[in-house]
Amino acid sequence: MNKIFIITMRELRSYFSTWLGYIVIASALLLNGVLFNTFAMGDAPKFSSDVLRDFFYFTSGIGMVASLLLAMRLIAEEKQTKSLVLLFTSPISERQIIWGKFVAALVIFSLLNLFSLYLPALIFLEGKVSWGHVFAGYAGVSLLGSAVLAIALYASALAPTQMLAGLAAAGMTVLMLVLWLLSNKADSPFKELLSYTSIHSERFRPFTLGIIHLRDLVFYLSVAIFFLECAVRALEQRRARG
Amino acid sequence: MIKVRSITKIYGEKKAVSDLSFSINEGEIVGLLGLNGAGKSTILKILGTLLPATEGEAFIAGFSVLRHAEEVRKHIGYLPDTPPLYDEMTIRSYLEFVAKLKGVPRSQLKTSIEQALDQTNLLDVQQQKLSELSHGFRQRSNIAQALVHQPKVLILDEPINGLDPVQIVEMRDLILSLRKKHTVILSSHILSEITRTCDRILVIDQGCLVAEGTERDLRGKAEDEFDVRLEVDGDIRSISDRLRQVDGVISLNLVNTNSVTLICSKEIRPTLAAVVHEHGLGLLTLERRQAELETLFLKLVRGDRA
Repeated sequence: MNKIFIITMRELRSYFSTWLGYIVIASALLLNGVLFNTFAMGDAPKFSSDVLRDFFYFTSGIGMVASLLLAMRLIAEEKQTKSLVLLFTSPISERQIIWGKFVAALVIFSLLNLFSLYLPALIFLEGKVSWGHVFAGYAGVSLLGSAVLAIALYASALAPTQMLAGLAAAGMTVLMLVLWLLSNKADSPFKELLSYTSIHSERFRPFTLGIIHLRDLVFYLSVAIFFLECAVRALEQRRARG
Repeated sequence: MIKVRSITKIYGEKKAVSDLSFSINEGEIVGLLGLNGAGKSTILKILGTLLPATEGEAFIAGFSVLRHAEEVRKHIGYLPDTPPLYDEMTIRSYLEFVAKLKGVPRSQLKTSIEQALDQTNLLDVQQQKLSELSHGFRQRSNIAQALVHQPKVLILDEPINGLDPVQIVEMRDLILSLRKKHTVILSSHILSEITRTCDRILVIDQGCLVAEGTERDLRGKAEDEFDVRLEVDGDIRSISDRLRQVDGVISLNLVNTNSVTLICSKEIRPTLAAVVHEHGLGLLTLERRQAELETLFLKLVRGDRA
């Protein structure tokens, strides 16, 4: 546990000393604000809960892109700078490395969500929504973000460069996004399978409405843990290859 | 402290290390010497738990590098050929991170960092960012990260690579200061450097151990043939055929009209002096030449006369 914390703290410092953390958070907040004003609020009269629903819908998209940007460098950069050797010759397991980096990226992602709280708070000025709805929406965004962070971390463990890791992570994420589209064209049981494994659409919508289903919670956590374990295996294989 | 038993490493179809065995005692500084691609880095990577051997086994401080890798990592400091530095960190924060990673207790953290900074002469620049450092300072930081947890064994892959002459001297002094406190295994392709810093040399060629010992031992092994320079006060060509016939002369090379270099297989200088005298020439020079270190090295790894 202590080793995970050591890795996490180093990564957190790295996010801010290289400005990546500031840039991702600032860009995401700016986009969030613009989309909130332009689309979520819109010109036509809306129910407050619909504004909040749309806000979480847009935030989930921005969150996925932010997650890709935050996680694609985590292992690939170490490969490029050859600093992975330091970790590989230290008494720390691959699992501790992966989890340490994942937690750091998740902290930055959570900071981004925390700073965006002022947008749903604005709804309270002229409307009425429940805090439960806000909580459920952020839970959904965080779970979706965790899943994409894990996917990007896996891509980062596989790819030799950050750029390739980013492309691979984006490819995998888009594929998992459009599975629900494919499910419309497939027959049973593939239809259900594809629909079940899609990480957005039907899976995410309940959160935007303020509903948390246990099955969705388990799904997102399973995706995150699955890809984190894949990243651990990728790192173990890399060490075995030398 | 280090035991290597019949290690073989195969990459695809290429044998990088072939049935290699050696051992290193506690407190020794041992150098792996070999040409580029000889397999030195592969051996160090196996010892550093970065690479599993295809066959054979290696032990550090009694632990198998394959079966007890995590335990081995507690006892080693590894200096790779490319410094594994995080450019955005200062030297001190980097060493703090490495020390924590290596398991240095919180109570000893400050002392360990100060000691590593002191050993590597980095105290004055400890607050500088690693990205702002010259190559020499980066290499020192690299050594400091290997030293910070005061490991029993230091594995140094090409520690003087890319350093200027002043930095080489500093690095040499630093390595010598590690004697007795740590067991050190280092690699280099520069013979003169390795002979100055190491107690013992392992000469590696194509993944095999071709010679082992001190510099004196290696000279003995390589100097089964040696050069003799002969200079006379007349035309030496008049006696060159006679010189060739002397028992022990392998070949004769004319340097100029009054001097030759003879390659000999045994001590024949008294006979050569007698030949010169009986032909009425004056003897100006008759010396056995010490072979250059590099020549010995090439003889060991190639088996030819360089």
